[in-house]
Amino acid sequence: MASEPLALAHSETEMLDVLQGFVHELRTAGLPVSMTENLDAMRALEHIPMGERDAFRAALASTLVKHERHWKTFEIVFDIYFGLLAQPGPGDGSGDDEADLDAAGDGEQAEGEGALTELSAEELAQMLLEALMADNRDALRRLAAAAVSLYAGMEPGRPVGGTYYLYRTLRQINFDGLLQQLQEQSKSRGRYPEEDLDRRLFDEELQARLKKLRDLVESEIRRRLVEDRGSAALAKTLRKPLPEDVDFMHASREEMAAIQKAIEPLTRAMAARLAQRRRRRRRGTLDFRKTVRASLSYGGVPADPKFKHPRPSKPEIMVVADISGSVASFARFTLMFVYTMASQFSKVRSFVFIDGIDEVTRFFEESGDINEAVYKVNTEADVVWVDGHSDYGHAFEVFHERFARQVSPKTTILFLGDARNNYHAPQSWVVRELSKRARHVYWLNPEPRGYWDSGDSIVSEYGRFCDAVHECRNLRQLEQFVARIVEH
Amino acid sequence: MAERFTSIDDVTARLRSVDYLASSQISSVAFLADRLEKPILVEGPAGVGKTELAKALAAITGSRLIRLQCYEGLDESKALYEWNYKKQLLRIQADRQHEASWKDLEADIFSEEFLLTRPLLEAIRSTEPVVLLIDEVDRVEIETEALLLEVLSDFQVSIPELGTIEGATTRPIVILTSNNTRELSEALKRRCLFLHIDYPDIEREKEIVRVRVPEIDASLAEQIARVVRSIRQIDLKKAPSISETIDWARTLIYLGHTTLDPATITETLHVLLKYQADITKAVKELNAPSGLKKS
Repeated sequence: MASEPLALAHSETEMLDVLQGFVHELRTAGLPVSMTENLDAMRALEHIPMGERDAFRAALASTLVKHERHWKTFEIVFDIYFGLLAQPGPGDGSGDDEADLDAAGDGEQAEGEGALTELSAEELAQMLLEALMADNRDALRRLAAAAVSLYAGMEPGRPVGGTYYLYRTLRQINFDGLLQQLQEQSKSRGRYPEEDLDRRLFDEELQARLKKLRDLVESEIRRRLVEDRGSAALAKTLRKPLPEDVDFMHASREEMAAIQKAIEPLTRAMAARLAQRRRRRRRGTLDFRKTVRASLSYGGVPADPKFKHPRPSKPEIMVVADISGSVASFARFTLMFVYTMASQFSKVRSFVFIDGIDEVTRFFEESGDINEAVYKVNTEADVVWVDGHSDYGHAFEVFHERFARQVSPKTTILFLGDARNNYHAPQSWVVRELSKRARHVYWLNPEPRGYWDSGDSIVSEYGRFCDAVHECRNLRQLEQFVARIVEH
Repeated sequence: MAERFTSIDDVTARLRSVDYLASSQISSVAFLADRLEKPILVEGPAGVGKTELAKALAAITGSRLIRLQCYEGLDESKALYEWNYKKQLLRIQADRQHEASWKDLEADIFSEEFLLTRPLLEAIRSTEPVVLLIDEVDRVEIETEALLLEVLSDFQVSIPELGTIEGATTRPIVILTSNNTRELSEALKRRCLFLHIDYPDIEREKEIVRVRVPEIDASLAEQIARVVRSIRQIDLKKAPSISETIDWARTLIYLGHTTLDPATITETLHVLLKYQADITKAVKELNAPSGLKKS
């Protein structure tokens, strides 16, 4: 099916050049490729028969990409690089990937690109709907290309990112409304299931097809961008920060989702690491019973002394978080993080405030689902006192009045917020009082250090009574901090 | 070097003959591992057939499967070899009256008879073909990883009392699996071919069910695959694995169901999901009127 990608390499040296070019692209896109991996890829290609695109891709992937999260970037670079080299003719499907295009209905749609670009908007919409209903992937691919020609309005040399064109195209084909249209179509043809469950499964199938369409449009746009600007320029736009490096305060919706996804594995890895370190740290006192028991296998000689494992006490955590607009996402992720780690603490209590303060521990205890709990915190907690603008002073006063007596020498208090107090009275004596009662008091600030104490930020006013104030702009910093408090 | 496979398609076909449906990516990597004599590092969620792949490869190459299950605290003496000092001690005590010279005794107690071979050494010394499975390698400490690295790169071991033990002529196929609980060292990753296996798409899962549960009919298999995909999209503690899908299919057959309806699913869901919270959530979601989901 796709024999082109290797046809471009007529000799071995040419193949080497192609490979070096590809590795260079990968590195430009931010993937680390070492020398040995590069050599391995070369050796691997010697064993791959010419013309097998899937095998070719697998050989490169398994030798050059060693992280799952780099996989997506690899695929894109692969498609750009080899798609472009192999297929100079437009519309000849760079989406010709591993998807088994058994090409149902290949015949009727074979008029080619020329015919499709002539389509009017209504015809295109109609044909798209048909192709989606019939799950005709080949037609879908052509229609995606046609939609891009018709709607994306791509102009050569225009310095606009691919997402802009994608957005334009998807809006014009009414992508968000397509699901509903498909459902209605199926209903009118009597194919829409009656039962809730079947309906759900049916909808999911439709969604899967729509996702395919979206991918097709995206890769078509990418292909045209490469034609316009060259792959090197495009590879640069692929470089994205890892989820753990994304700034909480400026994360896009997609990045937020990525951060949320990254929390769980991160905490899992951290818990494993901590458990290991705890076990290896300082052995306890001699365990006499076990030692005697073990000595029996050496004829009564205590050759293998056994020790007791010390069980360090776990800290009790109180999280006091500002959840006003500017820092809400930071508070959200920190709460999630802390609760995912709940087993590392003897107890976790959480409080949220804007200008009023409310305890929200109950939300987390009631529902086993952290997302749901965070949602409830944002909708149900009673945090507005006067006007819903941050007032740290008042919130702290109330906290002191209602909860200070429950702070014990086992408690570690975390304050989360940017300390932008809207020029209210700071009431920093509360923090001073708490620091006398608690084991540790920390302040986490999601703002870059350079912004601290500028404008209405009074983080140092509070910070001088804390054990430490940390900048905490991304998951990585948050993780480092939590690891530290769990250990002490 | 014996070439175990003639082509990538050969790998696919032979894996299929032992009921392992490999994607083209899996077969390609297995083929390359044989040709390049490199270990495969397999990553992916629990229950997508990582360990199964090793077993299937052993079956089709007629090799013995040697398995090293990793865990925290695994060390040389459990992974490589250990002197059986209880037996050595007995030997010394039994010898007391004979007053044998120390030299003889030493030569005696540090001989094959007192050596306990552990999986790695066993794989190296084996004269018959071997597939070495190092399972859940992410669980061992960094130090042990270094030991693995050393063994994997040279395929020989030095035992001070016995000398260097070299591997047989054919290197075994080595499969390392990881559940990604921690990041493995770059050095280890560099030496391996990397293979990420994810949950299969509907078509492949359906095929797997049909191959593993031959008595099932196509439409039920299709329904099962769809429901499982649906369940995997729900945010659960533990998504259903392939083996759980197969178990579920078997259960349904055993109970005599030919189609899936909500009641049947609710009744048998505990085969797919192992946490009560997950079951409750899935039942709630699956029975909710679908409508448009927010993406």
